[in-house]
Amino acid sequence: MAITIAAQLVTSFIAAAAFGIIFNAPKESLIKCGLVGMIGWIVYFMLAFYGVDEVVATVSAAFIIAVISQVYAKLYKTPVIIFTVAGIIPLVPGGIAYNAMRNFVTNDYNMAINLAAKAFMISGAIAMGIILSEVINQLIRQSKLNSKA
Amino acid sequence: MEQFLEEQYDIMDVSLLAGKIMLESGAETYRVEDTMMRMAAAYGIKESHSYVTPTGIMFSIETEEPTKTKLIRISVRTTDLKKVAMVNSTSRRITNGELTVSQAYRELKEIHTSDVTFPLKLRIAAASIASGCFLIMFQGSWIDFISAMVAGGLGFMSVVYFERLIPIKFFSEFIAALIVGILSFLFVHTGLGMHLDRIIIGSVMPLVPGLLITNAVRDLMAGHLLSGLAKGAEAFLTAFAIGSGIAVVLTFL
Repeated sequence: MAITIAAQLVTSFIAAAAFGIIFNAPKESLIKCGLVGMIGWIVYFMLAFYGVDEVVATVSAAFIIAVISQVYAKLYKTPVIIFTVAGIIPLVPGGIAYNAMRNFVTNDYNMAINLAAKAFMISGAIAMGIILSEVINQLIRQSKLNSKA
Repeated sequence: MEQFLEEQYDIMDVSLLAGKIMLESGAETYRVEDTMMRMAAAYGIKESHSYVTPTGIMFSIETEEPTKTKLIRISVRTTDLKKVAMVNSTSRRITNGELTVSQAYRELKEIHTSDVTFPLKLRIAAASIASGCFLIMFQGSWIDFISAMVAGGLGFMSVVYFERLIPIKFFSEFIAALIVGILSFLFVHTGLGMHLDRIIIGSVMPLVPGLLITNAVRDLMAGHLLSGLAKGAEAFLTAFAIGSGIAVVLTFL
């Protein structure tokens, strides 16, 4: 188990940093991209491993990714999108979408629709996680403004 | 008076150039609008309005004279987060009052023409390493690592290459997914790879429209319904292109 987790940590870090390169993120932010991706993925992985529903696991992971990204964006005065993108990519339900497509091709429409609906739910969960963190961000900003006034 | 009028046009040009660079490099719509209005405000334009969609920017400033409005068209959209960050820091310096209008224009022009992207070889290498890593993350076995790397790298390379050859995004993504599928099949067929499903899933990951998905959500939430839906549609088209490319291969299995 420890080896599996270590492998997941290392690969998710490298994958997220590599995505930073593909999207041409600034050099100095690549390590941070990797960290965001790694933390988000390990949250998802552990939750899914302990039997939490995939949708819930995705919401939690996306939320944590977005929160860390916003903290980084504030700290380093960089657009938040640079960190969010690299972290979100691993959560995209590629495997489920693939299986859905596979069932469509083999004319097993019942299974295909099932899987497609699941992929859709997970995409929605990613959006939900980002939105939640945005809400919290706005709340903090507003409370800051209020305390200044 | 004449000079004052000219300066207002300069301010418009600076804001528009900043907006253009950001939008072309893949920034969120609300960030583009926000940056343009902040810049104009920093140069003393009290009221400005911007309307940004993924394909064009309208910007108008209001002063004592009649309202001035300009429209620019955005035809190329790439992903270049470094430029977004660079324009962001320039705009920060403008709002701090560190740059004059002409200095800002020169700096933005430099950002616009500069090529700050990572070399293509490095990006292809990154795509192939990412594919291998995704394979492991999606419970693949290490035996397939090399196969996923090769398929993913070549897939990303072909999307870049075909996009130059035929500037239709859907087509180049379809072909890239097709190539990924064929390569993965060949690897499994020759015994170099073990699990076709895992190799394909890992290798198509560099093609996934991650930036579009996040931008679409953030734009929708910021109230930019038009841009959000447009980006969502673009992401969906990309996903559909990848899906059909893979589906073609699966049909012949």
